[in-house]
Amino acid sequence: MQGILQLEKTSVLYRYRNLFIYGTLLIVAVLASYISNPVITTAVLASAVRQATPIVLGALCGMICERSGVINIGIEGQMLLSAFTGFLANVYLDNLFLAVLVAVLTGALLGLLLAFMSVTLKIDQIIGGTVINILALGLTGYFYISGLTTSGKLQPIRLGPLADIPLIGPIFFSNPPITYAAIILVFLSHYVLFHTRWGLRTRAVGEHPRAADTVGIDVYKIRYANVIIAGAVVGLAGAFLTLESVGSFERAMTNGRGFVALAVMIFGQWTPFGAWGAALLFGFAMALQTQLQFTGQFNIPHQFIGMLPYVLTIIVLAGFVGRSRPPAAEGVPYEKE
Amino acid sequence: MSMPPVALEVRNITKRFPGVIANDGINFTLRRGEIHALLGENGAGKSTLMNIIYGLYSPDEGEILIGGPDGELKPVEIRDPHDAIRLGIGMVHQHFMLVPVFTVAENIILGDEVTRGPSLDMATARKKIKQLAHEYGLDVDPDALVEELPVGVQQRVEIIKALYRNARILVLDEPTAVLTPQEVEDLFKVIENLTERGVSIIFITHKLKEVLAIADQITVMRRGRVVGTTTPAETSEQELASMMVGREVILQVEKGPAKPGEVVLDVKDLYVAGERGIEAVRGVSFQIRAGEILGIAGVQGNGQTELVEALTGLRPFVKGEVRLNNQLVPPDDPRALFELGLSHIPEDRHKYGLVLPFPIADNEVLNTYYKPPFSQGIQRQGNAILEHARRLIKLFDVRAPSPLVPAANLSGGNQQKVIVARELSRDVRLLIANQPTRGLDVGSIEYIHRKMVEMRDQGIAVLLVSAELDEILALADRIAVMYHGQIVAVMDARDADREELGLLMAGSGTVEVPVSTPQAV
Repeated sequence: MQGILQLEKTSVLYRYRNLFIYGTLLIVAVLASYISNPVITTAVLASAVRQATPIVLGALCGMICERSGVINIGIEGQMLLSAFTGFLANVYLDNLFLAVLVAVLTGALLGLLLAFMSVTLKIDQIIGGTVINILALGLTGYFYISGLTTSGKLQPIRLGPLADIPLIGPIFFSNPPITYAAIILVFLSHYVLFHTRWGLRTRAVGEHPRAADTVGIDVYKIRYANVIIAGAVVGLAGAFLTLESVGSFERAMTNGRGFVALAVMIFGQWTPFGAWGAALLFGFAMALQTQLQFTGQFNIPHQFIGMLPYVLTIIVLAGFVGRSRPPAAEGVPYEKE
Repeated sequence: MSMPPVALEVRNITKRFPGVIANDGINFTLRRGEIHALLGENGAGKSTLMNIIYGLYSPDEGEILIGGPDGELKPVEIRDPHDAIRLGIGMVHQHFMLVPVFTVAENIILGDEVTRGPSLDMATARKKIKQLAHEYGLDVDPDALVEELPVGVQQRVEIIKALYRNARILVLDEPTAVLTPQEVEDLFKVIENLTERGVSIIFITHKLKEVLAIADQITVMRRGRVVGTTTPAETSEQELASMMVGREVILQVEKGPAKPGEVVLDVKDLYVAGERGIEAVRGVSFQIRAGEILGIAGVQGNGQTELVEALTGLRPFVKGEVRLNNQLVPPDDPRALFELGLSHIPEDRHKYGLVLPFPIADNEVLNTYYKPPFSQGIQRQGNAILEHARRLIKLFDVRAPSPLVPAANLSGGNQQKVIVARELSRDVRLLIANQPTRGLDVGSIEYIHRKMVEMRDQGIAVLLVSAELDEILALADRIAVMYHGQIVAVMDARDADREELGLLMAGSGTVEVPVSTPQAV
């Protein structure tokens, strides 16, 4: 065993050795589970991917903001208000596409508000985010109308023969559109962040805004743009809740997902793939607790099983966060000389 | 002799800030391929002038002219750094403008990226950087992470960054402040290399020796005005110092031979943990006697900070023994140490020396506030504290209108005087001063130095830690050199040789390591 792991320190295999080890273990575990019960395994994993969708979208939102130097703890509020407006748009316009658009615009608009507070007014960013959370809770509570119904929600799209692959097909290639969008956004944001001019400038602004300023980069513009774009991304998470997953709006239905997304972002070390992996883990915990409650095999009060994902969040945060390193300039308003 | 063409000229530049004229009718001419030193104390207006040239400030009056390749001077408008870069002006800031977690190449191309389609084209960037590095003799690996590079190399990255943007005029702001003597020599070679290729250099500094060593022209500024332009051949250190300060300055610290008494501080085999679990101090032993100054020389980051923090009770030590006045010192207890007669002038006066928003009066009793007469029972005695501060302000010549002025409003020199006043106005046996004159102007440096010698002559043991070799050589009676957490040499100041000290500081010592290396830690 030692012999196999004695790799050249510079090789790709060495850099990603943990990924390989845990990945292999994961695949073995999934296959073993699939052999013993293919139906439940597929259902739980497919559910995990969908449960992870709003979390990963929220985490991407947080990541994009923080990479540019703005802390966003208003993800929860952005998600909630977008879910609400998206739902209302679906009720009154009866068009799912427009409804998603409305949700995305709502998220972006709240992003604009956060950017205005933290970049222009230089308000403490934690307060700014809290303002958004309270605002969303208040608005959705006040304008909440019970008993509204819609004619439908976003349906899964089967991607031809890919969807017929056993296990993988139902999990990845038979999802509704926002879940696909989340997966695409993971790859897209990785590319933009690490391989484009925009990404390089964004990261520079989040790490050392003055250095960016001295080479002629407009720090304020970059921060505004990123926070607004991030708002649009989390708007999609809101749309997922009311237009793809549940189909209707309930008070405070985000249920802490925005904050879990923050934890997931940190666990994922402010990288898109890291956030995706962490979100899938959380999604899996959600799916598992639903399944456990459903089968009722264990004689444990359901409240305890329901805690599973949240306990997992605490463990993950307590165990791993100490080692991660946020962008150096996050939370600090930039003052030009 | 025909003069090279003018590269940059500023005419009659004036810049006012509320209450101050930072630049008052400045005229300044830089010729092609010239090293032009801009000399002045803090607040003389050097930085304001450079910020105007780099487009960070706009002048209230006056104009800037840039010489074209044909030597023709044209007036230009520089509204932001973009304009400056376009006109071939590059700036290497004192605090480097580099993103620590980026690679060298990423830092250099930032803001001026090479792309292929939507993607960054790092391969082309790397090639261009290597070519520049080769052309100007600036050796650097484009793929290294900046935070892992020594300061001298980071500075090279800054210079390449400017050259990458086709800078023909390079402003170097206090470039030697953070370098070892050897790195300074390397930098000077690079600068000469640049000027040979027609790059013109503005070299901002307050170090007189360097100016005389490298500059072609010297312009001295004081209180927002140019007080004179000269050349190294026509002037001397003494004259330059007087021009800077506006009066005669005593550069040489006057001190008689030390009369060492009994041992005050006795450190034996001290180990101190640094940040990130690395041992910063590894088995350090030394003694200081009453009435002598022990100077610890060394490049910053070789364990001096941690050593001082351990000796002042700010950081626990892992192993070892410290005795102050023959009493075993409890680790990690600053108040006990103060009461044993320790006084401390900390490295970072803003972070550790002062509570900036507090008035001077409260800052003067930060370590004695709990004792009478400043406290009776649980109540502070405001009048006694104010009276005490008034006395110290007078005694230590702090320039402040009232003891109720917040420390933040004072100049660096006056802030340092507030600290010195607090630390020396008690019954003191040992003074630990870490970088006591960093960032201060010549006048304040002179004052602090005199004060330290005075303390020594009164029979106080002094530990002076400084990255400035000149300071150590001027003040210390004995010199210890720290490198990688160990004291690699101790010598009498009279036998000390600049060159040798420089080598020891850089770790290529010819002296054998006197400290026993531990087998297991």
